[in-house]
Amino acid sequence: MPFSLLRYGLSSEPRIKPDFPPPPPLRDAYDVVIIGGGGHGVATAYYLAKHHGITSVAVLEKGYLGGGNTARNTAVIRSNYLTPESVRFYIASVNLYRDLSNELDFNIMYSERGQLTLAHTDSAVRAFRQRCEVNRHLGGRSELLDRQQIGELAPLLNLDPGRLPVLAGLWHVDGATARHDAVAWGYARGAVRRGVDFHPLTEAQDFVVEKNRVTAVKTHRGTIKCGCVVQAVAGASSILLGKLGIRAPIHTYPLQAMVTQPVKPFLTPLVSSSALHCYVQQTGRGEILIGGGSDPYPLYGARSTSDLKEGLLAHAIEMFPFLANAKLMRQWAGITDMTPDYSPIMGLSPIDNYYLDAGWGTYGFKATPICGVTMAELVASGGKAPELIRPFSLDRFSHFRQINEMGATAASH
Amino acid sequence: MNAPHSSARLPAPWGRLLDRSKPPVRFSFEGRGYDGLQGDTIASALLANGRWILSRSFKYHRARGPLTLAGQDANTLVQLPDEANVLADLHPIGKGLVVTGQNCNGSLDHDRDAILGKFSRFMPVGFYYRAFFKPRGIWKRWEPFIRKKAGLGELDLAFQPRYHDKAYLFADVAVVGAGPAGLAAALAAADAGAKVLLIEQEPMLGGSLNWARFDLDGNEAEKTRLLIDRATAHPGIRVLTGAVCNAWFADNFLPIVAGARLYKARAKQCVLAAGAFDQPVIFRNNDLPGVLLASAAQRLMRLYAVAPGKRAAILTGHDDGYLAALDLLDAGVAVAALIDMRPENDLHASPWREALAKKGVRVISGSTVYEAIPGKDHGRVAGIDVRHIRAKGQVEPWGEIIACDTLLMSAGYMPAWQLPCQAGGKLSYDDASARFSLSDLPDVLTLAGSLNGLYALQNTLADGEAAGHRAAAAALSRPAAAPARALHPEAPVNYPWPIFPHPKGKEFVDYDEDLQIRDIVNATRYGYRDIQLVKRFSTVGMGPLQGRQAALPTARLVADATARTVSETGIATARPPFMPEKLAHAAGRAFTPARHTAMHRRHAEAGAQFIPAGIWLRPAYYGNPAARERLIQEEAAAVRTGVGLIDVSTLGGLEIRGPDAVELLERAYTFAFARQPVGRSRYALMTAEDGVIIDDGVCCRLGERHFYVTATTGGVDRVYRGLTKWNAQWRLDVDIANVSAAWAAVNLAGPRAREVLARVCADIDLSPEGFPYLAVRTGTVADVPARLVRVGFVGELGYEIHVPARYGEHLWDALIQAGADAGIRPFGVESQRLLRLEKGHVIIAQDTDGMTHPAEVGMGWAIARKKPFFVGKRSIEILEAQPPLRKLVGFVLPKDGPAPLEGQLILDERGDITGSITSCGDSGALGKFIGLAYCAPEQAVPGAKLPIRRESAPGGRLLAEVVALPFYDPDNKRQEL
Repeated sequence: MPFSLLRYGLSSEPRIKPDFPPPPPLRDAYDVVIIGGGGHGVATAYYLAKHHGITSVAVLEKGYLGGGNTARNTAVIRSNYLTPESVRFYIASVNLYRDLSNELDFNIMYSERGQLTLAHTDSAVRAFRQRCEVNRHLGGRSELLDRQQIGELAPLLNLDPGRLPVLAGLWHVDGATARHDAVAWGYARGAVRRGVDFHPLTEAQDFVVEKNRVTAVKTHRGTIKCGCVVQAVAGASSILLGKLGIRAPIHTYPLQAMVTQPVKPFLTPLVSSSALHCYVQQTGRGEILIGGGSDPYPLYGARSTSDLKEGLLAHAIEMFPFLANAKLMRQWAGITDMTPDYSPIMGLSPIDNYYLDAGWGTYGFKATPICGVTMAELVASGGKAPELIRPFSLDRFSHFRQINEMGATAASH
Repeated sequence: MNAPHSSARLPAPWGRLLDRSKPPVRFSFEGRGYDGLQGDTIASALLANGRWILSRSFKYHRARGPLTLAGQDANTLVQLPDEANVLADLHPIGKGLVVTGQNCNGSLDHDRDAILGKFSRFMPVGFYYRAFFKPRGIWKRWEPFIRKKAGLGELDLAFQPRYHDKAYLFADVAVVGAGPAGLAAALAAADAGAKVLLIEQEPMLGGSLNWARFDLDGNEAEKTRLLIDRATAHPGIRVLTGAVCNAWFADNFLPIVAGARLYKARAKQCVLAAGAFDQPVIFRNNDLPGVLLASAAQRLMRLYAVAPGKRAAILTGHDDGYLAALDLLDAGVAVAALIDMRPENDLHASPWREALAKKGVRVISGSTVYEAIPGKDHGRVAGIDVRHIRAKGQVEPWGEIIACDTLLMSAGYMPAWQLPCQAGGKLSYDDASARFSLSDLPDVLTLAGSLNGLYALQNTLADGEAAGHRAAAAALSRPAAAPARALHPEAPVNYPWPIFPHPKGKEFVDYDEDLQIRDIVNATRYGYRDIQLVKRFSTVGMGPLQGRQAALPTARLVADATARTVSETGIATARPPFMPEKLAHAAGRAFTPARHTAMHRRHAEAGAQFIPAGIWLRPAYYGNPAARERLIQEEAAAVRTGVGLIDVSTLGGLEIRGPDAVELLERAYTFAFARQPVGRSRYALMTAEDGVIIDDGVCCRLGERHFYVTATTGGVDRVYRGLTKWNAQWRLDVDIANVSAAWAAVNLAGPRAREVLARVCADIDLSPEGFPYLAVRTGTVADVPARLVRVGFVGELGYEIHVPARYGEHLWDALIQAGADAGIRPFGVESQRLLRLEKGHVIIAQDTDGMTHPAEVGMGWAIARKKPFFVGKRSIEILEAQPPLRKLVGFVLPKDGPAPLEGQLILDERGDITGSITSCGDSGALGKFIGLAYCAPEQAVPGAKLPIRRESAPGGRLLAEVVALPFYDPDNKRQEL
């Protein structure tokens, strides 16, 4: 038993050192105002304080810490994307994740299970080989497996679901999961301990713009003067940008997921199939977590539906037939901001001091640490985008320089 | 566990759900045989046999018995051979059913992991966030050990899905819950002429009327049960029993799980009469077997004729506890004491109080149970430490020990908030009056009965009736004429603070997750003050039944610890489904059809190996998979040297007709069609607004205003949608029909194609002059009407022959027969891909990706730049004015080296990725490996060396040679024969 628990248990009146003090009063002005208290927002605040010594930072959160997509995502961490730009970026993120518990002194329960993505068509085999090659070329751990190897790795998997027999699999050894809430809590705790102000229940409602600069952020608790603003509001990116008169190439869709009741562990890797629009993994608590692609219709709302659940679970049973008898416990939804090329938008907006961390679609969680590092660097340098995020700038859409990740994100997140 | 009581059942009318005329049902639990009666659940049969320990708790492995006996807690989760986490209080017994406990190390009675309870002080809330990761790397060793302890039951990994299906239901008014309020609502709505769907979770209508007591002599319930017969007999009411309405989805879309079926009901109006949850009192050891909710004990007696014990005590905060005491006395159970948490001053005279006094039952007011004391009998409760309540949550330092083997508790009722909240309702709680209210509901939803805070039977019935009237009027678009009946005043049902911390803990707030008072309070002290953060940090409410007993005490504790009200704190969201549902229910029949072409049977007979193409199946090649490579080469050779036949029916087909047909095509495709002669075909390339290639096909002009346009197998639906949208948006007068499935088609290709076709086609001039390359003809082939196009996809003389789908097999047979002496050979997708690769033709979505614009793949020729407009024109012009980023090139590799693979990367001399191989193959015609690949523009020079990433090759590279396209027959002599 770890020493810290022993000490806690044996002390007569255990001393509780809070992770978070009660929220501080809202100051009149901050150097940096970060809108959105999810993983990206608090990670940015953390690295601003830690790497750059910038602590006059307010994180504004309309709900509770990490209560948006950070709370709702299915915590897949991986780097097996298609384009070199993305793969470099996500490899950097995975590397930060591996060490994050010790970095934050908070156990995020990083669990390197490996991710198996199934190919049911020859076009998928081709695309997987390309992803595998790109990943390996840039230092990730990926392999293309044949049916026999898949059978050895995941013996419970049905290799012949319906009309789509499994042809091959992309085995990503670096694939992992983590306790998603803990990532936000750990970063927020570290940021707050370094002097950042976290303001829950504080919604940014509008801006004061002078000479193409945001000089103040209006909240329902009052107006805050600011040196610059970072927007990290998954699910509401286009709404907030709309307040500044900026039309973003973003369409917003609900994304649903569900878990069964906890059962004894039987599945280690994360298994996904884009042809079946489904992925299945077992959480550390023993629940079977099932998710798929975004809803087919745009909506700014996180609501569950029957039809998506029906299709998703039918496919989950095709992959693992015995799941027919498992029991669904909970279904929920998040909201995803999708860009045309399924890559994020990072960097300076057309407003001179307004930084964007948006368009994260279904892949925001896995990028949290590297987003924090790069956004902090971007802000600290006054707008000089680090090499890693330069390809993701907003103006790529007007310059026909998209980073096309459509095939590498659908349903495997 | 030995029975403290005999297994004798109470006499009828106790045991409403039992059928005593049937022989006993023998089943086993934990390896021991038990007899139950027809109508028993696993739990009721075991309790009748004196077996109270049904499970072990999630974290501390504490022995647990039933709590709600209504399927609302995890204490009764048991294991069946093929099913985990079965609610023993809902699952019926069956002959030979084998039931065991779950989540125990050893047996249920002797669980070695019960020692964990002793270590609970070392496992403070959220302890795992603070431990197990130092020193660096140690987590990897802890994790497998911790993971192993997760989960409850075990899935049967060999389980094969059984039949489940779905059905749709429609109703004017759906009523969820058939207790008194639901029955009254259903009858009122049906009497008003509405078509009513009445949904009840239990096997019998009636709800609390079946087990609760409403008056001194217990007659009220019986009289009211007449409503059940009326509802059952009413022609306007469809009754579903044993049916759980498991969620509220937008616009009254109700998923109802019943047996092996999922009903999906759409109701114009919905009345929710789902009742309330009996609330436990939070004190030390409130989870001992023998401690259960008062309503659970009443259910046990009334529904299953089982007395909960021999000597019981009751802990209550409202009058229903007195009625439960009367039930116990009627059932012959001694009542040691009734402990009322309310102070003496708040208690008013009532007939049941007098009745209890008359029977000598001791009532202790202003007091609570501070601790339940386990006995020697496997921890079943043997006594209670009763203390006077000094202040909110505080008791006197000394009290009285009262011996009892059973404790009934009820702190009050919480409305079943799950469905109303899924509908957007807001649950509020008034701390002063301890009353709930639900607001902000959509107007298609009406609440009735205890969801409206009404618990007196007369009020519940009146409210139900009013709700039924209201819903029927709204559903039938009539003015609401609900009779306004005055409600009787009701005493509060909730004791405001039924929470009594004990220095030694084990006062369970969340039974499912083994969470005690200090876990919740400490979560807030750690800084997790929001109810959602408390939930996520402590896991309260995340257990198998979503912690429904824990919701209210958690909200109270969090509110208290953070100096807020319960309304401000709120209650964690209750997600669907309401009750755990099998995945099989949502999945239904798991219907994944594949489309077969008209000639599918012939392919199968010829030994075709099929591959999916969109939703179709297509022959990949014909013959034994062991000889795959050889067969593909042979099929290709047959086309190059003789004649081959391929089924291309899966190609999309669109009829484009009308005065603006040309205009639509001119705008939707990149090529020019205005001056396309009738009887000629043209390549048709489609780009999106960003200039990216999205589809291609052949556009055949059958008349001035009539085109037949093909599209790719996977893309035709999107093309059809797009054309239809544009036709409307541009206000053109075009009729567009997707006729893909109406036509069967083949491509007859090879130098001997003309000769074979001539044998079955007499009414078309097939001469090179009469039917030249790219021409379109209509005529008769094998005696059936056909459209013929001279195509060159595979690079040989070829005819695409389209016939109505019903003649597909006939056409196939006729051509195979006609070509027999020419050695005709069916060929599949694989050889077709190889043949077109030799000709350098790209396949959309294989050789193009989501970024490809025409110039990158050498298709600039397919763009009519003089047209004023087509979709993508502006973007293409911008793209072509920029320096190119990449180019698709042909490459060759010698046959004596390793074969290239599709998806392999192209690198530059610095090792940066410049592209990848999109197509490659072993060209029999050229005797080389050939392929198409993207690369940097400066690499795209014929003769240049193209480095292909291959880890096993020397230097990690294969060096291919860039060549001009096409690889085969560059002068196109063969296809224009």
